[in-house]
Amino acid sequence: FSPVGKMFRAVVRLSTSGVRSLARIRPCYSAPLASRCYSHAKVETDEEFDARWVTYFSKPDIDAWELKKGMNTLIGYDLVPEAKILDSALRACRRLNDLASAIRILEAVKDKSGPHKDIYPYLIQELQPTLIELGISTPEDLGMDKL
Amino acid sequence: MLFSFRMLATRALSLVGKRAISTSICLRGGHGVAKVDDYALPAYFDRRENPLPDVQFVTELSAVQKSLKEKEKGSWATLSNEEKIALYRISFKQSFAEMNEGTKEWKSVIAGMFFFIGMTGLVVLWQRKFVYGPVPPTFESEWKEKEVQRMLDMRINPVEGFSAKWDYENKEWKK
Repeated sequence: FSPVGKMFRAVVRLSTSGVRSLARIRPCYSAPLASRCYSHAKVETDEEFDARWVTYFSKPDIDAWELKKGMNTLIGYDLVPEAKILDSALRACRRLNDLASAIRILEAVKDKSGPHKDIYPYLIQELQPTLIELGISTPEDLGMDKL
Repeated sequence: MLFSFRMLATRALSLVGKRAISTSICLRGGHGVAKVDDYALPAYFDRRENPLPDVQFVTELSAVQKSLKEKEKGSWATLSNEEKIALYRISFKQSFAEMNEGTKEWKSVIAGMFFFIGMTGLVVLWQRKFVYGPVPPTFESEWKEKEVQRMLDMRINPVEGFSAKWDYENKEWKK
């Protein structure tokens, strides 16, 4: 398989030319026998992900469709959104005059936590200032978490 | 635009044939409008993975609901709990707790299982009585005793198996 052969030769050249060129070679070529064909695309960090979503929901003239699309996509990911993303989403609900969606978002986040029962209380604790400011009741306050 | 829409439509007409166009092409002047089927419209459904459905659950609001929606535009802190629940129920059919509720179907399943196993048992008993012939004589206890004695005489598996467990001096099974 020719790329492996080329990489091996690259390493051979590296060892003969001395240590100073080591810094120029990217880490993935240093172990040719163990190298994998992973993508070299940049991986988004958690902070970038959070920031992107906060910005999405912070759009001043966000419309109902965008809120729904954003929320459904976010719930589709294999993670529980951070408090700041939810804060931004709840404020978007306020701009859209949609209390029902705000309560639904809280329910969805609790459901998304699955067996990790400590995530939801933590998020509610973090969001408490926003909930009070906007006047959003949690599903528990309304008794909607029971049947 | 070089071509008007009508010209394009007439070109399409000549290709497709006059009869086929009535249900599919929207002509100018509103002569023919495509029929929109129910299933093609955005639908409401309660799913865990789709928390905010495309449409509200209640599409036609009563007067009370309409005034509530107006009140929603103001501060939410002024809404009572009942009003908040009412607003929720306008937009959504079931809460997460309700949609995730299990059914009692498993009881029917287990009951059905036991029933059919029982029925099968009855069939087997009937078969034993009325279908199968007598069991061979080799199953009788007298025969079996003679069989075991023969096996011991032949020293079947004398090292670790059958005859190894027989005490030949005392003529009994080893303790």
